[in-house]
Amino acid sequence: MEETVQYAEATGLLGSVWLLVAIPLVSAAVLLLLGRRADRWGHWLGVAAIGAAFVLGLASFFQLRGLENKSVELSLWDFIAVGDLRVDFGLLFDPLAAVFVMLITGVGFLIHLYAVEYMAHDGGRRRFFAYFNLFVAAMLLLVLGNNYVMLYFGWEGVGLASYLLISFWYGRPSAATAGKKAFLMNRVGDTGLAIGIFIMFATLGTTQYDEVFNGVGALTGTTVLVLGLLLLLGAAGKSGQFPLQAWLPDAMEGPTPVSALIHAATMVTAGVYLIARSNPIFSANSTLQLVVVSVGALTLLMGCIIGAAKDDIKRVLAWSTVSQIGYMFLGVGLGGGAYALAIVHLLAHGFFKANMFLGAGSVMHGMKDQVDIRRFGGLSTYMKVTWLTFMMGWLAIIGMFPFSGFFSKEPIIVAAFEREDWTAWLFGGAALLGAGLTAFYMTRLFVLTFHGPKRWTEDIEHPHESPRLMTIPLILLAVGSVGAGFLLSTSVPDWLTATAGLGGEHAEHEAVLPHAVLTTLSLVVTVLGAGLAWFLFRTGTATAPQPAGILVTAARRNLYTDAVNEAVFEKPGIFLTRALVFLDNRGIDGLVNGLAAGVGGGSGRLRRLQTGFVRSYATSILAGALLVMAAFLAVQAGWLA
Amino acid sequence: MTELKLPSLDYAALAPIMIMLGTALLGVLVEAFVPRRTRHVVQLTVALLAVLAALTMVVLNADDRLVTAGQSIAVDGPTLFLQGAILVLAAMALLLIGDRTVERGGAFVAQAAVTAESADDRKQAEGRNGLTEVYPLVTFAIGGMLIFVAANDLLTMFIALEVFSLPLYLLCALARRRRLLSQEAAMKYFLLGAYASAFFLFGVALIYGFTAGVPGRSAGVDFATINAAVSESPASPVLLFAGMALLAIGLLFKAAAAPFHVWTPDVYQGAPTPVTGFMAACTKVAAFGALLRVFHVAFEGGGWDFTPVLGAVAVLTMLVGAVLAVTQTDIKRLLAYSSIANAGYLLVGVLAPSRDGLSGTMFYLVAYGFSVLAAFAVVTLVRDADGEATHLSRWAGLGRRSPFYAGLFTFILLAFAGIPLTSGFTSKFAVFGPALEGGQAWLVIAGVLTSMVLAFPYLRVVVMMWLSEPGESTPTVTVPGGLTSAALMIGVLATLALGVAPDPLLDLATGAAEFVR
Repeated sequence: MEETVQYAEATGLLGSVWLLVAIPLVSAAVLLLLGRRADRWGHWLGVAAIGAAFVLGLASFFQLRGLENKSVELSLWDFIAVGDLRVDFGLLFDPLAAVFVMLITGVGFLIHLYAVEYMAHDGGRRRFFAYFNLFVAAMLLLVLGNNYVMLYFGWEGVGLASYLLISFWYGRPSAATAGKKAFLMNRVGDTGLAIGIFIMFATLGTTQYDEVFNGVGALTGTTVLVLGLLLLLGAAGKSGQFPLQAWLPDAMEGPTPVSALIHAATMVTAGVYLIARSNPIFSANSTLQLVVVSVGALTLLMGCIIGAAKDDIKRVLAWSTVSQIGYMFLGVGLGGGAYALAIVHLLAHGFFKANMFLGAGSVMHGMKDQVDIRRFGGLSTYMKVTWLTFMMGWLAIIGMFPFSGFFSKEPIIVAAFEREDWTAWLFGGAALLGAGLTAFYMTRLFVLTFHGPKRWTEDIEHPHESPRLMTIPLILLAVGSVGAGFLLSTSVPDWLTATAGLGGEHAEHEAVLPHAVLTTLSLVVTVLGAGLAWFLFRTGTATAPQPAGILVTAARRNLYTDAVNEAVFEKPGIFLTRALVFLDNRGIDGLVNGLAAGVGGGSGRLRRLQTGFVRSYATSILAGALLVMAAFLAVQAGWLA
Repeated sequence: MTELKLPSLDYAALAPIMIMLGTALLGVLVEAFVPRRTRHVVQLTVALLAVLAALTMVVLNADDRLVTAGQSIAVDGPTLFLQGAILVLAAMALLLIGDRTVERGGAFVAQAAVTAESADDRKQAEGRNGLTEVYPLVTFAIGGMLIFVAANDLLTMFIALEVFSLPLYLLCALARRRRLLSQEAAMKYFLLGAYASAFFLFGVALIYGFTAGVPGRSAGVDFATINAAVSESPASPVLLFAGMALLAIGLLFKAAAAPFHVWTPDVYQGAPTPVTGFMAACTKVAAFGALLRVFHVAFEGGGWDFTPVLGAVAVLTMLVGAVLAVTQTDIKRLLAYSSIANAGYLLVGVLAPSRDGLSGTMFYLVAYGFSVLAAFAVVTLVRDADGEATHLSRWAGLGRRSPFYAGLFTFILLAFAGIPLTSGFTSKFAVFGPALEGGQAWLVIAGVLTSMVLAFPYLRVVVMMWLSEPGESTPTVTVPGGLTSAALMIGVLATLALGVAPDPLLDLATGAAEFVR
């Protein structure tokens, strides 16, 4: 697929897209460096920085719309120039990057606003906003870079910010552990991405997007497969996909705005961005696409099943994130026009999931940080705004017409049924089943939280609605959950066609079932799932864990994936570490110390030759002279030739 | 009887040598006629001015490529480069020698003839001004070294060897403190030096015999004749190789290569520290200059068959220097063994038969000279009531007492250890690189391994200075006067500059790296 991207001149505002990264970064630096002196106004600086970035991003977006060639490249300086390796510090502002910029800064701004109030009683609020700004800067660098090294730079940056924010309450052992877990599991993925970038450089000699994509055609199938699998490993790590999904639910130990922005709306979708951005690589190998689709389908089902068994409101939402990103992976794996569908779902998900996380935060705010949904119930009358906005999010995620999830998820299900062989039934079926399960567990969450009898702990008498600063972002995001899907599903695919390989050739094969039938089917399973959940949980639930069957027990234990991780990676890892420490202490240190002792001993012995008597010096010179003479004569005789 | 014809002399080309020898004679006159009070200042000024003048002449002669004084003196790139190096390093050494603030009255004995350890000796150590005869002696030695690196026949080379060796023997005996050790060092140096000279002279005779055996050519010991004889007819190569071996022994003795290094630790320890610095820097340049010329010019036609033998000597030298440095307890002996090991690294450069090898060796000589002079400058500063405190245990905790000088010394030690951003790294790179290209990988491997061993004693001193608590016996560092400070700072800054930006000097060395024949 040889395509030459035509770049437009970086004029006007587009010449200053670097400010998008610089503004939050400077703000983060100011907040961190000024320390306590910035405590009183620091959070407003953080909000203002993201607001400015949003305005700039919006303006740049509109300017880009007016251009004929919808791609602007901005090479700032030589980042790395060693031997053959040349890496620009370059930015690329194209339709794909633009929608991400809008999502990150737009949703980011609302969540920042929300966090001002949410974190008001926390002594570390300034630090929180510093990390939050740092995250936005890194995330923008990730989506704006024009080569894989820039992407990796941002990738590591968001990883760092994510680690810092998950462990934000580092005094809690669970938060510290969750931060470490996220960091380590991400490291596995990051290593894959790094090796993938090395392979690009080794085989193509470049890491620039356009040059890499033009060169992919010349690579062997195996190279493309390995390269794609490594990128997929990186994507799976960052996006919490199988087999690296376990860190994401634990990451809910961070403050709720963090869960909303980083672990729902933006960072965890970086994997989807990576695959969409690298679409020429993934489209070049059908095995690779099959792997991506399988990962997506498997993860979306896993997420649904585990989500249905969890009782912690944020963890249910986290597993639903895992599951929804599974849909996105399914989309990008299908290739062709489905890339754009995945991006649409990503954007819609960014709105409704952020909405629901902030709603959950609002509930927790009113319920003294209670997170157990068995301890909620009947909140609809006490927290009207939270209830209504959460309802919008709930209807959106389960894909009810005419909410955004319907317009973004249903096309992916249809696209899965459009595969050319029997796998259409497999993946289409999985997607359809997932839709029903999603409806079930999200309805369970919604009903147990807002309806049915009160099952509150005794210390709560009258839950209060959150203040204005928290409800306004909720309302705005709810509006997005309602309307965005329809708007996005019509305009975004066209818009994204300007990014090489995204959108365009939609539906190469007819679906195995007619479109109308599929739409009806997906609505039916949704209603069935939701109805079942409503029926089961309308009267509440027990407040203590109940004995359960095999499936539910397994789901409560994350389908034993943690146990597998422990057995397959952790235990051998610990053993390996111990073995290496042993080897180092006994073997290598022994060798080194032995050598040193040998040298020392030899030195001590040789020293005795230095007697101080000139006669013995003369003798040794004579002996040396004889040896040298003999050696020279041996050379002359040809013995040493 | 044939008429004796005077050879033509190119006075301009010979000017540096003549200036130094003339100044030495002048210095003798100064000793006789200038009043004692002003003698020191006059002598030091005259010597420094002479070195400057000679250096100026070297710079002015920079483009000379000629052989003059019959076939005796070659003034070419290596000669001029090495003469310049000797003069610059000698100027630094003169600054150390001339300092009279660190040790009251200077580092030199006031009356050389007093019996050591007697009451008179203690009195002379108290503070009377030291001998000023050291200046003519040093200038003679410098003059001899300048001839040594320019000598184009073996007899001139031998005479130059004696001209610079004899004053050094004397200089070694002139330490103000620890007279017995100093005298013993001088005695040993003299006896063994004479012994080594005999080898050299015997080698000259054998080479002469070899050239005489080549039919159709007149016999001689100038390098052109030897070169022609070697490449034209291997008539009696036993004589050639035996002669070559003996010459090499004589030169390797001066260069302090194993197993001809035995004098080095004793002499370095016993000699007055400024003189030790002078020997470690300038004698090394002179000895290796001569080695380079002998092997690159005279015996070049021999096809470098002797490389394995000299390579073995180089490896042995590195090993002995590095391994023995590990257990030294005296800083001057430690530096002596380090100097031996460095002679091994320099031999690696000598054995890289290429222009790069030649220029790398010359670069190494300059870089090492600067560092080693700076090191000995610090040694002169660490003192107690009995003079320099050279035992390593006394250096413990020095970093707490005098962080500045301990810091400088640490930097120099790191340079010796070959840490990047110091000249120690660039200079090792400059000799190991060409050796590797010249197919002498085994020498480079030995060099790198011994460098690792050698890093231990250096770092041990660093650790002692910084990580030990200063004890009762930790001496203080005397704040030096202007002369020693100047020498120290020149050495340290050059070590840094040649580590950060070695290119100018390397280019200069490469431009100069071609002998005339």
